[in-house]
Amino acid sequence: MNLRQIKRNIPFAATALVCLLLYAAAGAKFKDEGFLSLRVFISFFSENAFLGIAAIGMTFVILSGGIDLSVGGVVGLVSISLALLMEKHGMHAAAAIPLVLVMGAALGTAMGVCIHCFALPPFLVTLAGMFFARGLAFVLQLESLPITRYFDGIATALSVPLGGKLALPATAVILLAVFLIALWVAHFTRFGRNVYAVGGSEPSAVLMGLPVGRTKIGVYALSGFCAALAGVVYSLYTYSGNPTAGTGLELDAIAAVVIGGTLLSGGVGYLAGTLVGVLIFGIIQTAITFDGTLSSWWAKIVIGGLLLGFILLQMLLQRTQSRDAAH
Amino acid sequence: MRNWFQSQTWHKLKWPLAALALVLAYNFFFTPGFFQIEIKNGRLYGSLVDILNRAAPMMLVTLGMTLVIATGGVDLSVGALMAISGAVAALLLTQTALAVPAVMAIALGAATVAGLLNGALIGFLQVPPIVATLVLMVSGRGVAQLITDGQIITFSNPAFEFIGRGAVLGMPFPVVLVVLGCVALVLFTRKTAAGLFIECTGDNEKSSRYSGVNTRLVKMLVYGICALLAGLAGLIYVTNIKAADSNNAGMWMELDAILATVIGGTALTGGRFYLLASLAGAALIQALTTTILTRGVPVEWTLVVKALVITGVCLLQSEPFRRSVQSLWRKSPA
Repeated sequence: MNLRQIKRNIPFAATALVCLLLYAAAGAKFKDEGFLSLRVFISFFSENAFLGIAAIGMTFVILSGGIDLSVGGVVGLVSISLALLMEKHGMHAAAAIPLVLVMGAALGTAMGVCIHCFALPPFLVTLAGMFFARGLAFVLQLESLPITRYFDGIATALSVPLGGKLALPATAVILLAVFLIALWVAHFTRFGRNVYAVGGSEPSAVLMGLPVGRTKIGVYALSGFCAALAGVVYSLYTYSGNPTAGTGLELDAIAAVVIGGTLLSGGVGYLAGTLVGVLIFGIIQTAITFDGTLSSWWAKIVIGGLLLGFILLQMLLQRTQSRDAAH
Repeated sequence: MRNWFQSQTWHKLKWPLAALALVLAYNFFFTPGFFQIEIKNGRLYGSLVDILNRAAPMMLVTLGMTLVIATGGVDLSVGALMAISGAVAALLLTQTALAVPAVMAIALGAATVAGLLNGALIGFLQVPPIVATLVLMVSGRGVAQLITDGQIITFSNPAFEFIGRGAVLGMPFPVVLVVLGCVALVLFTRKTAAGLFIECTGDNEKSSRYSGVNTRLVKMLVYGICALLAGLAGLIYVTNIKAADSNNAGMWMELDAILATVIGGTALTGGRFYLLASLAGAALIQALTTTILTRGVPVEWTLVVKALVITGVCLLQSEPFRRSVQSLWRKSPA
């Protein structure tokens, strides 16, 4: 491993270190309450599954050098649409779920076309997409709607027993499955290599004859699909459809990706880092719940601080890297 | 005067004004009593005044956002800054015996310091503006909730409430604040070199720096001004509802302000900016919202309409989109 490769891995190493330290610190503080038990560890994933899935989609977008602010809105739209389709219109889950997934991917594709074909800034298009999706969710229905059918069956069918009373809940299973598929897409397919290439340098990718347009649009379609799946998982987790689901999720997802060591300038990063970023979220939230006296907005502040710290680390590394290149 | 109609200002101002006229004309025919203005207790009442009054916080934020966008940046934290300044003011009013001007100064100061911090991150550390302000957007609302301890602080202080509810010469005071802010900024940017520095930073940062413009300070300046104006908007918000609500203060404000600026013709890539046209854009957004409300359309539709409008306006400004539409146009007659 040469110096440059080591430098590339510093953000990821720092993330893993922060994660371990947080886990150890919280574990030491709440040892008697069973913070270190496997049950709590599983809950890090099962309770943040929808964030994790959205963050995985976001990782591809950020790797390609873009940003997607619409994921929270899409989660809300998908969540309420799914509930309405199944409860009010009597659609079977096997038809309703693919339908909402296609809806999310279609919205993502539309945004990708605006960004690539008409050269609009990604943050603006996806900000408008967020408004569009959230507004449409509110138009469909303002209150949350409980889901009474199908979900019990899905939840039991997908959960994996781990021996004893423990079981891996369906939400965590879906998250891990999405993670494995995403890992394969990012590192073992042509599309994945193209995403890294486009994010590294778009002009070079064009000159190399890579399908830049298809890749960029594909990345937003993928993110829209992941956001829709996150919406389905959110509904599965809460047994309800809620138009306000996922408010502020886009920020949490971006934070998880950046904390996970993916460079915001694109081209550098790992999906594994994103999963560790989600784990950090889970640890902080659970520690705050265990403490009981701290309020939930502390989570926002800690995440903001961590995000800032990692961005500064990235800037520092990039600066030394460009200095190296100059010599 | 003829000169003025050929100027860039008018060129950019005419489209939002035309759209505004269209919305108003619709109301003239279909909403009875829309143009009625009456004087009660020495102040003006009516739908038109109401639109201006409700648009005031957005207009103030838009003024700041226009300067930020002119430097090629964007400020996503304005909503959170509104929440912070409102929370600080409400806390000081209820917990201390400070005079109203001191309370205002501290609240605005808190917002401005946060904005300067944004500016320092962006100018000196070269953090991308979206990311730097995103951090404050995430944690700022958390800080505001920390200040109010998660509660909605209510207060009653007639002197302080004048900011949002008072009137000068019949006009609601927030509208007066907008006029003052706009005049001050226009003078500041067009009668000093500041406007030129802001525009050249947005046009080409590198060459501006080589020709001796301190682009870092320029960036700190615009984010500071933007935060100050957002803080002021936050004070109007808390005095309007007589309570500091950290969860909802300034919600969605960033998109409204960006939308107004884009409608006003300031390009998101930076460069020339048009403060008056941005204000016209803000008025248009509020007129559209009020129209939707008075027509009895569910308020939820406003979000969808705004999203479609902003996408449409941006597409019209996009060069590739124009070209593809033009080529369609040329093909179709043949």
